[in-house]
Amino acid sequence: MSDLLVKIRDLKIEGRSDEVWNPIINGVDLDLHKGEVLGLIGESGAGKSTVGLASMGYTRDGVRISGGSVEFDGIDLLAASAAVKRGLLGKRIAYVAQSAAASFNPAHKLIDQHTEGPVQHGVMSKGDSEKDGMELYRKLRLPNPDSIGFRYPHQVSGGQLQRAMTAMAMACRPDLIIFDEPTTALDVTTQIEVLASIREIVEEYDTAAIYITHDLAVVAQMADRIKVLLKGDEVEEADTRTMLSDPKEDYTKSLWAVREFQRPAKPAVITGATPVVSVKNVTAAYGKVPVLHDVSFDIHEGRTVAVVGESGSGKSTTARCITGLLPPKQGVIEFDGTPMPLDYRKRTKEQLRQAQMIYQMADTALNPRKSIGEIIGRPVQFYGGLSGKAKRRRVDELLDQIELPGDQYHDRLPSELSGGQKQRIGIARALAAEPKFIICDEVTSALDQLVAEGILRLLARLQDELKLSYMFITHDLATVRSIADEVVVMKDGKVVEQGPKTEMFTPPHHPYTDLLLSSVPEMDPDWLDKLLAERGVDNIGDAAVGKMN
Amino acid sequence: MTLLYIALAIVACVGLGWVFRLVGQQLTGNAPYFRDMGLGSAFGFALGAVVLLWVVVTYYRGMTAEGQDANKYFFFLVAVHGLVAFSVLAYFFRILGTQIGSEGSKKLFRNMPLTASFGIVIIMAYAFVSLFAGQISVTTIVIVGVIGLVLAEIVRAGGDDDAAKGIGVAFGVAIAIMVVMYFVGPLAPYGQEEVLAKANVVPGGNPAMGGDPEFPLGTDQIGRDILSRLIYGAQNTVGIAFATTVLSFLIGGSLGLLAATLGGWLDQVVSRAVDVLMAIPALIFALLLMTIASAWAGSEKWLLTVFMVIIIAVIDSTRVFRLSRAVGLNIVVMDYIEAAKLRGEGLAYLIFREILPNATAPLLAEFGLRFCFVFLTIASLSFLGVGIQPPLADWGTMVKDLAQFINFAAFAPQVAAAPLLAAGAIALLTVAVNFVVDWMLHKSSGLKE
Repeated sequence: MSDLLVKIRDLKIEGRSDEVWNPIINGVDLDLHKGEVLGLIGESGAGKSTVGLASMGYTRDGVRISGGSVEFDGIDLLAASAAVKRGLLGKRIAYVAQSAAASFNPAHKLIDQHTEGPVQHGVMSKGDSEKDGMELYRKLRLPNPDSIGFRYPHQVSGGQLQRAMTAMAMACRPDLIIFDEPTTALDVTTQIEVLASIREIVEEYDTAAIYITHDLAVVAQMADRIKVLLKGDEVEEADTRTMLSDPKEDYTKSLWAVREFQRPAKPAVITGATPVVSVKNVTAAYGKVPVLHDVSFDIHEGRTVAVVGESGSGKSTTARCITGLLPPKQGVIEFDGTPMPLDYRKRTKEQLRQAQMIYQMADTALNPRKSIGEIIGRPVQFYGGLSGKAKRRRVDELLDQIELPGDQYHDRLPSELSGGQKQRIGIARALAAEPKFIICDEVTSALDQLVAEGILRLLARLQDELKLSYMFITHDLATVRSIADEVVVMKDGKVVEQGPKTEMFTPPHHPYTDLLLSSVPEMDPDWLDKLLAERGVDNIGDAAVGKMN
Repeated sequence: MTLLYIALAIVACVGLGWVFRLVGQQLTGNAPYFRDMGLGSAFGFALGAVVLLWVVVTYYRGMTAEGQDANKYFFFLVAVHGLVAFSVLAYFFRILGTQIGSEGSKKLFRNMPLTASFGIVIIMAYAFVSLFAGQISVTTIVIVGVIGLVLAEIVRAGGDDDAAKGIGVAFGVAIAIMVVMYFVGPLAPYGQEEVLAKANVVPGGNPAMGGDPEFPLGTDQIGRDILSRLIYGAQNTVGIAFATTVLSFLIGGSLGLLAATLGGWLDQVVSRAVDVLMAIPALIFALLLMTIASAWAGSEKWLLTVFMVIIIAVIDSTRVFRLSRAVGLNIVVMDYIEAAKLRGEGLAYLIFREILPNATAPLLAEFGLRFCFVFLTIASLSFLGVGIQPPLADWGTMVKDLAQFINFAAFAPQVAAAPLLAAGAIALLTVAVNFVVDWMLHKSSGLKE
């Protein structure tokens, strides 16, 4: 066909580790027509980013293309000289990275980085390109499109930066843009805006795109066709609608089924029971900047309280107040009805033991120089006073609880585990202290959906077995739906709404809760269209949040 | 005129590079390697080839030269032979490393570049020379043996049998070498302070040229054997530099990690104090303090050496402080440190068990670099006359003592090169340490080639 833009045949890619080349991609075919959006989905490690980059004829360091062919508009990219590739990349093929904050050069203004490509490729003069940039900013509905380009990357928010990056990719009006998880790091309300503007601009200029993501609901909104990858192999490929309504392969079905995990509702808490943790009228500030205003909620035995809100809403700060890392200015933190010293340094070992924490990034939460046995063994020794064989037995018991065989994992380092396994080790470390109460700070947001579901099931099982109470911090409402008993919605350091889950998910809502709920992408390819039609482009996402204030 | 020659040579090299690239493109059918090669890289290849050619031609002329002519090439030949010998040694050392040892150490050697292996071989050679410069005493062997036994027992009691076995093997090998060296005798043919009958013997050991086979590297103005003093110099300079570096790391490293962990006013006070110390030029500051110290030390020469170690250690610890604080600050913000704090861990556990293991790679690399700087500072101080005091042999002092021979360069190149021996010993060790440090940095940064 003449309008075939990218043609990849039997692509094989290898990566080097431990002195040998291991296959990453084992023969993937890919066709992309002009003006078409292809969604690439899969778990991390499936090779979606690698395939995306390979369609530009590029591989990361330590990775090589070992076979197959990559053609862009009839040009063989694998045989093309560096000069030919230089002429294509940035001009006809552009790339939008996951973390815009890390991809912009912090030392230059946005517009200067925007004009670099067009000027370098001789497409436009610097002045024209600046004007064009402002036009693109306007189309992407950035606030103050005429002046925002003269700011530095740190002066604009994450969602705006991601849109500025999309504008930059558009600067030369490329035929192909590769979006590598452009909204993964964003809040739901920000994500929806970015999604809407990306889709609009791609349609307007009839640009072909490869959209890489692990979020199925997102890809359902964006892509015309979806290709599912698993460990370097193609699982299946179909039109978005066909794929959603009638997946062929078991793996795809399992991906689709992830969001079905839901815990049965628990009986109501007996009135008058002493809560395990009680946060009473807590007000806190970083230096002179106030972050929390009069926050109060209770967590009862065996219950999960989900604290929901966007980044900056004060969810994590509340957790820091409870653990004593940030002593509140006012208010009381009670464990089992007893007020705790506000500063963690003043708490006794026994008080510290009662509240444990599981972190979002298992990579930074586990000391990379310590073996799993040491990491889990330390709290066992520190609180329980066990050592030698008794300690080893307890560690094996804990590893057993998190469903990892002790004899295999005891001596491994965190770097030798997968993301989900690391998160399990974080859970085991918290369990080792035998606490009553665990704070889970976005524990699943860095994980793939399948793995995240496993973690959620594990946490639910442990709760039933050990009568644990959880404070579950998250911005993902799907997670809330599956695990929470009670929900606390926070915004700008205040509790906006709180109550049992069933109440929270049935209208009427507080307007902010309503906005949060409506911004969660659904697995319906028409969801975004419907929402836009219903509310209008200016009443979604951050824009709507702004109007609320 | 000279400038013109240099310009011409550069142009010639560029031309040569261009031809080289063209030929490469033609011969390989325009392979990507030659096709995408920049003119800069091609120039580099050409320049490298020209330099190599010059070395080979000079070496050939040196080997075939006779009489007075031959001496001109003496040090060039020594340098080429030394380089080749050490490179070959390094190559075999690496092969040896891939054959014996644990699975981990074998892998380490397999991934080791030749430069790092070269550096390690040279450092080992220096350590060997400095340890066995004089006659080794029975007491030393016994003390080392006892230390080994005690260490191994302590580790065994800690429950780590493999580590205990490793320590046992390491000390066993060390003692075996010591016993052999006890019978071999001192490496240095003469004492470092020994004044011999013949002064100003020309290096080279060729009687026709004014040399003497008994003093292969000649003697200095008052008749001390230069070879012996070079060997003892290794002991003094390297030993003192090592002690100084260790001391500066103990001071700077612990203060830096402490400041990073605690923060607040302690961090402010220590950091500002370090800023003040760093604001004064290091060498001048050291000179000033050494002058004061020499008044305190009076005629006690060894006391002055102790003062020197302390002064240099303190001055250098400021740099170590900066690094360890910066590294520490990056680690302190990690969630696992927060988890440990919330567990109620003490300061010592935080610093030594949680932070230090993650800071070892950059600190170890800094240790190598810092060692070079300390070593050069000591040599400079000795050169200026306030460092290691005569009659102890020291490379800095040797360069100073022999420096005037450089004046004879025009008509007696072999004599003029005498001070270069000690200077070369300094340079070689510095390069070797840097090779190893580069490799360690490369490894710890996780870069792939």
